[in-house]
Amino acid sequence: MSQTFTLDGKSIPFEDGQTIMQAATKAGVFIPHLCYHPEFKPHGSCKLCTVKANGRQTASCTMRAMAGMVVESETEEINAERRALTQMLFVEGNHFCPSCEKSGHCQLQATAYHLGMMSPHFDHFFPNRAVDASHPEVLLDFNRCILCSLCVRASRDVDGKNVFALSGRGIKTHLIVNAKSGKLSDTDFSLADKAAQVCPVGVILTKRKGFAVPIGERSYDKQPIGETVEGR
Amino acid sequence: MTDMHVEAVAGIVDRVVARYRRDPTCMVQILREVQEACDWIPPEAIDRMQVTLGVPRTKIEGVAGFYSFFYTQPRGKYRILFSDNITDRMQGNLALMERLCNNLWIEPGKVSEDGLVSVDKTSCTGMCDQGPAMLVNNRAVTRLTAARIDEIAELVRNKTSLAEWPADYFKVEDNIRKPDIMLSSQMQPGDALRAARERVPSDGLMSSNMRSWREGLPSGLGGPAAMLDEIKRANLRGRGGAGFTTGLKWEACRNAPLKAGHQRFVVCNADEGEPGTFKDRVLLTSYADLVFEGMTVAAYVIGARRGFLYLRGEYRHLLEPLNAVLERRRKENLLGPNIIGIPGGDFDIEIHLGAGAYICGEESALIESLEGKRGTPRNRPPFPVTNGYLDQPTIVNNVETFAAASLIALNGGEWYAAIGTKHSAGTKILSVSGDCERPGLYEYPFGVSIRQVLEDCGASDTQAVQVSGPSGFCVAPDEFDRTIGFEDIPTAGAFTIFNNTRDMFEVARNYVHFFQHESCGFCTPCRVGTSLLKNLMDKLHNGCGSPYDFAEIEKLNQLLQSMSHCGLGHTACNPVLDTIAKFRPAYEKHMVQQDFAPAFDLDRALAAARQMTGRDDAAAHIIKEEFGEDA
Amino acid sequence: MTAPKKKLKVATTSLAGCFGCHMSFLDIDERLFTLLEHIEFDRSPLTDIKTCSPDCDIGIIEGGLCNAENVHVLREFRKNCKILIAIGACAINGGLPAQRNHLQLTAILEEVYHSGPGLANGMIPNDPELPLPLNKVHPIHEVVKVDFFIPGCPPSGDAIWKVLTDLLAGREPELGHGLMHYD
Repeated sequence: MSQTFTLDGKSIPFEDGQTIMQAATKAGVFIPHLCYHPEFKPHGSCKLCTVKANGRQTASCTMRAMAGMVVESETEEINAERRALTQMLFVEGNHFCPSCEKSGHCQLQATAYHLGMMSPHFDHFFPNRAVDASHPEVLLDFNRCILCSLCVRASRDVDGKNVFALSGRGIKTHLIVNAKSGKLSDTDFSLADKAAQVCPVGVILTKRKGFAVPIGERSYDKQPIGETVEGR
Repeated sequence: MTDMHVEAVAGIVDRVVARYRRDPTCMVQILREVQEACDWIPPEAIDRMQVTLGVPRTKIEGVAGFYSFFYTQPRGKYRILFSDNITDRMQGNLALMERLCNNLWIEPGKVSEDGLVSVDKTSCTGMCDQGPAMLVNNRAVTRLTAARIDEIAELVRNKTSLAEWPADYFKVEDNIRKPDIMLSSQMQPGDALRAARERVPSDGLMSSNMRSWREGLPSGLGGPAAMLDEIKRANLRGRGGAGFTTGLKWEACRNAPLKAGHQRFVVCNADEGEPGTFKDRVLLTSYADLVFEGMTVAAYVIGARRGFLYLRGEYRHLLEPLNAVLERRRKENLLGPNIIGIPGGDFDIEIHLGAGAYICGEESALIESLEGKRGTPRNRPPFPVTNGYLDQPTIVNNVETFAAASLIALNGGEWYAAIGTKHSAGTKILSVSGDCERPGLYEYPFGVSIRQVLEDCGASDTQAVQVSGPSGFCVAPDEFDRTIGFEDIPTAGAFTIFNNTRDMFEVARNYVHFFQHESCGFCTPCRVGTSLLKNLMDKLHNGCGSPYDFAEIEKLNQLLQSMSHCGLGHTACNPVLDTIAKFRPAYEKHMVQQDFAPAFDLDRALAAARQMTGRDDAAAHIIKEEFGEDA
Repeated sequence: MTAPKKKLKVATTSLAGCFGCHMSFLDIDERLFTLLEHIEFDRSPLTDIKTCSPDCDIGIIEGGLCNAENVHVLREFRKNCKILIAIGACAINGGLPAQRNHLQLTAILEEVYHSGPGLANGMIPNDPELPLPLNKVHPIHEVVKVDFFIPGCPPSGDAIWKVLTDLLAGREPELGHGLMHYD
C-alpha cells in the first residue's frame, strides 16, 4: 500500500479500487455525505461529498482515488455549495426538527450543523406527503425523505426483499413501498431488516421508541458529525 | 373492476410479456405495449407482470413512474399532449390548447369526467418545422390550426378511433431545404457494407488490431481494422453535440476485454429530445438504410452481434416503417447471420421506444432505459465502451454519426475529411425553425456562418439564434459571423431563430421549465435546483422580481454547473446565463421591484379566508407595500 | 474624555410563535445588564412599546407568518430596522404552525368551526378585529429580506448571547457545536 493522494494537503494512502471517500474515511478524515454508507454500493446522488479532484468537482464517494491526485474538500467555496445543497434538501421536504424523533440523531441535521447552516435560505416547497403508520412496529414519515436510497439498497442488496424503491421523476421523485396498497404493513418488511436501520433522516422510525434519549445525550449532541468519521 | 376485466388485462400482459421472452430488460417496451392495449397501466397489469416477469412490484412501479408517457392512473381513451417548445409557443399552442379544452369542457392536466379524454402539455415533440404540434396517444399530429382543433374535438366527442382520423393530420413532412452529401445520398442498401468488406489496409494500420469479431476469419481480418482506419482518417466526431472522436470510441470498445458470455453492442441514439431538433426524424423517415447500414458498419468494426435503435417515444409513428426496413434488410442479407456472405458476420438490430424522458438522450441513462430501468445517468467511469449495456462493451452514437459512417465506408475517410474544416470534418444537418420563411433541414459543410444559414432560410430582423437547443448557445447579432463547428459553435443540430419581437427572457423561461420538467431527480442540485430556478424565473415573470432574485439566479446557475451529476444539470442554466449576458435589458424589464418582494401574492393568500368569512373590509386585504414596490 | 457611545435600539416581536424565544432571550440572565450597556429596547413585549421607532438598529422576529396582522408587523419591522434577525424555528421555517401547510385552509376552517366533534351551528369568526389567516404559513424570509438567523426551538440563551455579541463586535455571527441546533 504505497500509493497516496493528497486531501487538503494531507497525504492519504489508498488501495487499488478505493474511492476518495473510502480512503479518506480510513485515514480518519471526514467528508460530509448523506447517501453514502460504507456497507453499500456508492450511489453518488446527494452530492454532499463533492470535492475538487485535480481541479474538477466530483462526488468523492464514487470517484476512485488515483496516485498523486490533489483533492480539496474543506474549502470555503466547496462548503458553501454543500451548505446550499443541504438547504435545498431542507426546503424540498418538510423538516420540522423540533417535532421529529430523529432530531439529535439525524445525519441531515448534523451535516447542516457541521456546515453552519443558519437558515434554509430558499423558499419552502411545503410538499403534501403522506405518513404510513400501517406497520405494527415501524412508522414511515415521507415528509423527511431525502431520496438517498439507502433503504432501497439495504432492502434489495442485504435483505433480499425489495421493500423500497424510488418512483416518479425530477422533483416528483418519491419513495414507494412494495405492495399493491402501497402500505408497509402489506409487505414482508420487518424491524430486523437492514433497511430498518439505515435511514439517515427520520423517515423509517421504530414505533414506541421516540424521544428515548434526553436532549444533550443524543448522538450528535455529544459529538459533532465531523468528528465521527463514519458519519454515525 | 370485474374479474372479467382482470382476466382481460392478464391476457394482454401475458401476450406482451411472451413476445418479449419474459425478459425484464424489456420492461419499458412491455409497459408501452400494455398501455397501448389498455390505455393506461392498471394495477392488475402490474400484478400480472410481477408474476410473469418475476420482478418485484417496486421495480415495475419505479420504471412506470419515471417516464412521462406511462400512466398509472387512467388518462382517458384519448390522451392529447400539446408540444410546448418555445416554437410551439410562438405559433400559438397555448391558445389552441385552451380552445380544445373549452371545446371538450375539460381542464388542462385533468381527465374529462366521462373518462374519455385528457389534455396536457409535453416537451418539444420534434415537429418545430411544422408546428404547432400535438401527440394523440403518442401519434404526432402536425400543423394545428383553430379549425383543426375544432375538428379534433368533434372526433374525440364522437369517439372516432384514431385509425379513422384524416390521414392528413398525421402527415409529417421532411422539409429538406438544402441537401449536401448526406441528404443527397443515393446509396443503395448494402453498398457501404460491401465497400467496408473490400477495404484492405493501404498504408499500414492506424488502428490497433487486437480483438475483433471477425478476427482470424480469412475474409474479414483486414476489413474491420481497415474500416476503423477510415473512420479515424475521416476525423468523424459525434453528432450528438459533444463531438467525441468516433474512431476512438469504436476502437476503445473494440479493444475492451470481453468477459465470458459477454459481447459487444452497437446502440443508435435516436432519442432526439433537445428542443428544436428534428433532423433524426427525417433521417429515420427517408434515410433509414443509411443509418442502419452505418450501425452495421460499426458492428463490423467493433465485432458486435446485437444493436439497438433507441427511438424517442414522440416518434412512435416511425416504429412500423423502421421495422419494415429492418425486415427488408434481413431479407437482403444485410442483417442477420452471415451478412453479405461474411462467415460469422452476424448482426441484428432491435428498436426500443422511449416513453417521454429527455434524460435518456444521455448515453448512460439511455442504456439504463434499454435495460428496462429508470433512465438515470450512471456514475462514470466506467464508460459504456467498456461497461455499457448489461455491463458489456457498448458504443452509443447519434443517428447522424451512423449515417456519416455509411458515407465514409462508401467513399473513404480522406474524401470525408476534405469536407468541412480542419477540426470539424464533413457536414452537419441543422434543424432550422422559429422566425424564418423556410423552416426545415439544412445540410452544410462545417464552417458555415450563422449569417449564411439565416440568409438561406429567409430570416429577417433576427434578434437571436439558439444553436443546439436550450443546452447550447444563444447567439446575438454581433456574433452572426461565428461558424458552426467544434472549433467555434458545436451543435447537435437545433437552430431556433428569434426575431426582434420576441422576449428573450420568456425564451429562457420556457427552456428553464423544460429542464425542470426533464430533470431525472437523481441528484440533489439538479432535482431541487431546476425547480428553484423555475420558481425564480416565474417570480420575475409575475412581476415580483428584484435584484435579489437576479443574484439568486446567478448563484443557482453556478451551483447547478458545479455540483450536478450529468450534462442536464450542467447545462440547465445555459439559456439563462447566455440571455443574461446578451439580453440583459429583457431581464431588467422583468425586475419590477427595487427591493426584495415575496414570490407569491400576499393579498391572494387571504382569498380563501375572505371567502370563508365573507369579509371584504380593508383589514381583510394586504395592500402592496408602500416602499420599494410599485415605484 | 469620549462621549458615551450611542446605544443601539433593539425591537422585538413574536408573530406566529409561542414567545418561547423571548423567554429564552431572558435566559441570558445577568448578561442582560451587560447587554443593556450597549442596547436599549424599542418596540418589544419587554417594554410594551406598540410601534417601532423609525431608527431602530436591530429587529428581532420570533414566529412565522400565519395571518394578515403578522405581515403588517413584519413589514413595520423591516421598514424601521436596519438589521432584521429571525429567531427560532417558526420564523426560520414556519415551525409548528406551518405543519398545517399540507392542508387546505378551507378544510381547516371547516373542520375547526363547522364539522369538528361537539360543534353545532358553528360559524367562522368574521369580526374585522380578527386578522384573517393566510392560506399557508410562511417563514419570514419568504416575505421580507432577513439579515441574520438564530436557529433553535428555542435557541438557548447562550446562542442568542453569542449572536448578539458577535453582531455588536462587528463579527459575522457563528454558532459552534452545542449552540447550533434546530430543536
